[in-house]
Amino acid sequence: MSELLISEIFKTNRPSAINRRNFLKLSSFSSVALVLGVSAQAGSSRLMAAGNLADSYNLTPYIIIEKTGKITLMNPKPDMGQGTFQSVPALIAEELELSLDAVTILQTGGEAEYGRQVSGGSTSVRLNYFSLRKVGASAKEMLLTAAAAEWKVPVGECYAENAKVYHKPSGKSIGYGDLAEAASKLTVPQDPKLKEAKDFKILGKNYPRPDVPLKVSGRAVYGIDVEVPGMVYASVEHNPVFGAKVISYDDSDALKIKGVLKTTKIQRSLGKNKYDGIAVVADNFWAAHQGRLALKIKWDYQDLDHFNSKDYEQSLRDLKDKEGKVVHTDGDFEKSYSDAPVKLEAFYETPIVSHSPMEPMNCVVQWTGPDTVEVWASAQGPDLVKGELSRTLGIPRDHIKVHILFNGGAFGRRLYPDFATEAANISKAVGKPVKLVWTREDDTQLGPFRPLTFSLLKAGLSADGKPVAFQHKVISPSIGATMDEKRNETGESSSMTEGISSQLYELPNMKNEYVFSEIPVPLAAWRSVTSSTVAFAMECFIDEMAVKAGKDPMSYRLEILLTKDSDTKKLLTKLKEVSHWDKPLPKGWGRGVAQYEFFAGLAGYVVEVSDNKGGGVKIEKVYAVIDLGTVVNPDMVALQMEGGATMALTAATKNGISFKNGQTEQTNFHNNPIVRINEMPEVEVHIIADGGPTIKGVGEPGVPPFAPALANAIYAATGKRIRKMPFDLNKV
Amino acid sequence: MASIKLTINNKPYTVDVDPQMPLLWVLRDVVGLKGTKFGCGMSLCGACTVHFDGVAMRSCTLPVAAAAGAKNITTIEGISEHIDHAVQKAWIELQVPQCGYCQSGQIMSAVSLLQTNPKPTDADIDAAMMGNLCRCGTYSRIRKAIHRAAELMG
Repeated sequence: MSELLISEIFKTNRPSAINRRNFLKLSSFSSVALVLGVSAQAGSSRLMAAGNLADSYNLTPYIIIEKTGKITLMNPKPDMGQGTFQSVPALIAEELELSLDAVTILQTGGEAEYGRQVSGGSTSVRLNYFSLRKVGASAKEMLLTAAAAEWKVPVGECYAENAKVYHKPSGKSIGYGDLAEAASKLTVPQDPKLKEAKDFKILGKNYPRPDVPLKVSGRAVYGIDVEVPGMVYASVEHNPVFGAKVISYDDSDALKIKGVLKTTKIQRSLGKNKYDGIAVVADNFWAAHQGRLALKIKWDYQDLDHFNSKDYEQSLRDLKDKEGKVVHTDGDFEKSYSDAPVKLEAFYETPIVSHSPMEPMNCVVQWTGPDTVEVWASAQGPDLVKGELSRTLGIPRDHIKVHILFNGGAFGRRLYPDFATEAANISKAVGKPVKLVWTREDDTQLGPFRPLTFSLLKAGLSADGKPVAFQHKVISPSIGATMDEKRNETGESSSMTEGISSQLYELPNMKNEYVFSEIPVPLAAWRSVTSSTVAFAMECFIDEMAVKAGKDPMSYRLEILLTKDSDTKKLLTKLKEVSHWDKPLPKGWGRGVAQYEFFAGLAGYVVEVSDNKGGGVKIEKVYAVIDLGTVVNPDMVALQMEGGATMALTAATKNGISFKNGQTEQTNFHNNPIVRINEMPEVEVHIIADGGPTIKGVGEPGVPPFAPALANAIYAATGKRIRKMPFDLNKV
Repeated sequence: MASIKLTINNKPYTVDVDPQMPLLWVLRDVVGLKGTKFGCGMSLCGACTVHFDGVAMRSCTLPVAAAAGAKNITTIEGISEHIDHAVQKAWIELQVPQCGYCQSGQIMSAVSLLQTNPKPTDADIDAAMMGNLCRCGTYSRIRKAIHRAAELMG
C-alpha cells in the first residue's frame, strides 16, 4: 500500500469532508491515484434541474483511477431491479469518455462522503443527472490538462476517448492511469463543459446492463447469498398479533433438533414500533426453521386481537361526511357545487397490499467489537441501515459498516431496515455472525404494508358539461403516523393526498380534504406511494365526469380539462396517437385512458379490454407513455413501465392484505397471489424525451395510472363502473 | 442425519444432513450453490427451480433424500460454464431481468420447456411458465426470450 496516493482534487470550503482512512479501508486498490466526486445530495432538486451546482461541490469520491489504468466508479444508489447499477455510473462514464464495459462498478456503503444513498422516490437519475455528469466532466478536463502539460501542447489539441487522452495533430495517446497523478494536482474546474446530447455514446442508448449476465447465470449476489466465516443461521417466530408481547416460551423441543444451537428473545424495531419475537439459531437455516416451528410461546395479545379489516373499512366509510383538513382550496366550492346544474358524487375504495419482493427479507450481521458491527443487506440505502442501527443499538454511525448487495426486489419495502435491527440483536445474543432469513410467511404477514385509501369525490358541471366545482376527500390511515409518534393528521395530510390537487386539469372551485384514521398495523411507502391508490379514484372519477358530460373521455381531458399546453396535454396527445384512439375497436371491446402526475414523474396508459359476455373481461393491449425530459437507457425505461403495469395489475385485481383478530390473514403466494405470465398482456411503451426542462423519474410513474385506465376500459366495454379495488377480471 | 450421495451438475457430492432437509437448502447452505433461490418454501413461486434428470422441479419442497434418486440434479450453475446457453443468450439479448432474483428459476423452467417443445407457442410458454412468479414484471420479455432461444437452438 506504500504506492497509495489519494489526492483531494476538489478544492472546496469543506476540505475535511473526505475520510481517507475509512475510504482506504473500504477499498482494496493497490494503487489508487485519483479520487474525486461531487455530492449527489447537495443542492435542491430545483438547482439540479437548472444545472447550477457551482456552490455544492463536495469531496465525495466517485471515481477511482488506478495507475494500472483500472477505473472504478462508485454507485451510490442500490440496484433493486430499476437499473441504477448502470444508469447512475453511466452519467459519470459518459462525460469521462469511458466505456461501461471497461469500468468496475462498486456500491457505496453509507459513507458520509457520498451524501444520501437511498434508491427511492424515482430520484436516482432525475436528481443526479447534471451533478454526476459534472463529476465526470471535471475529471476529464483535468486529465486533458495533465496530458497537454506532459506533451507541452495546447489543451485544445487534445481529446479524450476510451480512457485515453489523444493529441490530435500527432496521434499520440496516453492512458488515464498514467495521467491520474498529475491530474490530481490540478485545480478542479468549477464549471466543466458538459457534452451535447448529440455526442452521447452511452446516454439515451440501449446499452446492455452489466448485471444481466450475472443475473442469468446465478452469479449475482443478493443479501440472502452472503456468507461470512463462522456464520450461523436464524429464523424468528414473530408476534402473531401486531403488538403482542412474549410472556414466556418453552424451547426444550426446539433445542432437541440437530443443528439448533440456541434460542433468544429479540426485538424487531420498525420506526416507533417494537415487536417481540423468539429467534432460533442453528448451524443451517433448515434446522433453525424446524426449531422455530417447535417453539411453544405464550403471547400476551395486549387486547390488540380485535382488529378486523371489515370493521376498519366500515369505519372509514362512516367518515365520509366528516369535515377533513383542507389540503387545497381555490374559489368557492360549496356555492359552485350547490349552484351547479349537474352534480355527481362517487366513493372509491382501495385495499392494503404487500410489497412481496421475490427475495424475502434477510440480513447478515457480525459484531466486530463491543460497539462495532458489520452488516450485509439487500436494502434500499446503506445510509438508512446505518441510521436505523445507530438509533436502535445506540452505537455511532461510523461504528457500522454496511455492504449493500443486489436487492431481489424492494418496491419501498427495503427502505425499512427492521430486518437489520433484528439480525443485529440476534448476532449480539449469540456472539456470532448471523444470517437471518425471513420466510415468505414472515414477509407476507409482518408488514409494513401499503395503506388503503378511500376517496369521496364530488363534481359540479355546467349544462354543457364543463367542470364548475370539484372536491376530492381522502379518508385513510397514514404511513408516517404508524412509524413515527411525532407524526399526526396535520403532518400526514399532504403525503396521503399526493397529487390530488396538482393535476394540471382545469378544475375551478376545488376544495380537497383529508380525513385521518388511526390503524394498529405498520404501513409503508410502496412503489409510487399514495399515488398508487388516490390516482385510481381521481382518474376514474374524471372519466365519470366525461361520461356525465356526454363526451369521449380522451377529448374531455384534452379539450375541456386541458385547454393550455402542458406536459400532461403532451402526454395524453401522444397516448391518443400511439393507441389509435380514434380508430373503432371490435364489437365488445372498450378502451380507457388515465394519467397521473406526482412527485416521481408523469405517465399514462390506454388499456384495451374485450368483454367476454358473462365471463369477465380480457386485457387485449396496453399502451404506455412516460414523459421524462431525457432518458439514460430507453430499454430500461420500457422494462420499468412493463413492471409498473404488472405490479399495478396485481394491486388492482388480486385480493391484497386483510386482518382478522389482529392477524394478517394471508400467508404466502397461494392466498396473496401476484399476476402470472398468462395474465400479463403486452405493454407497448413510448417515451417522451424531448429535452424538456424538468427531468422526471422512471421507477414509479408507471404504477398509478394503470388501474384507472383498466377500470375505465372496463366501463367502456361493459358499462360497469368499478369504484373498488381489487376487482376480479373474470367476474366484472 | 444421514450421509446422502448426490450428483449435482454432473459432480458427485456426499452431504451429511437431515434427510428431510429440502434440496434447496442443501444446495445453498451445504453445497454452496447459491444461484438457486428461496422464494416461498411451498412450491408456489418457482424461484428454486432445478432439473431432476432434466425435468424442472421445485427444490424448496423436495426432501434431499428424494433428490438422491436423481442421476443428475442440474442447477443454474450447471446450465453453461460461460453463460452461453441459448436461453441465457436470449435472456441477455432481450435484457430480461430487472431485480433478477426469480430469473434462475425462470431460466431453468424455460430450458426444460425447450427440451420437450423446441418451438413453443405463446400458449405453450404461458402453460409452462405459469408457476414462475416475477414481481418486477418481466413476463413479456420472458415470452419473447423463449421464442428467441428457440430460434437460436435451431
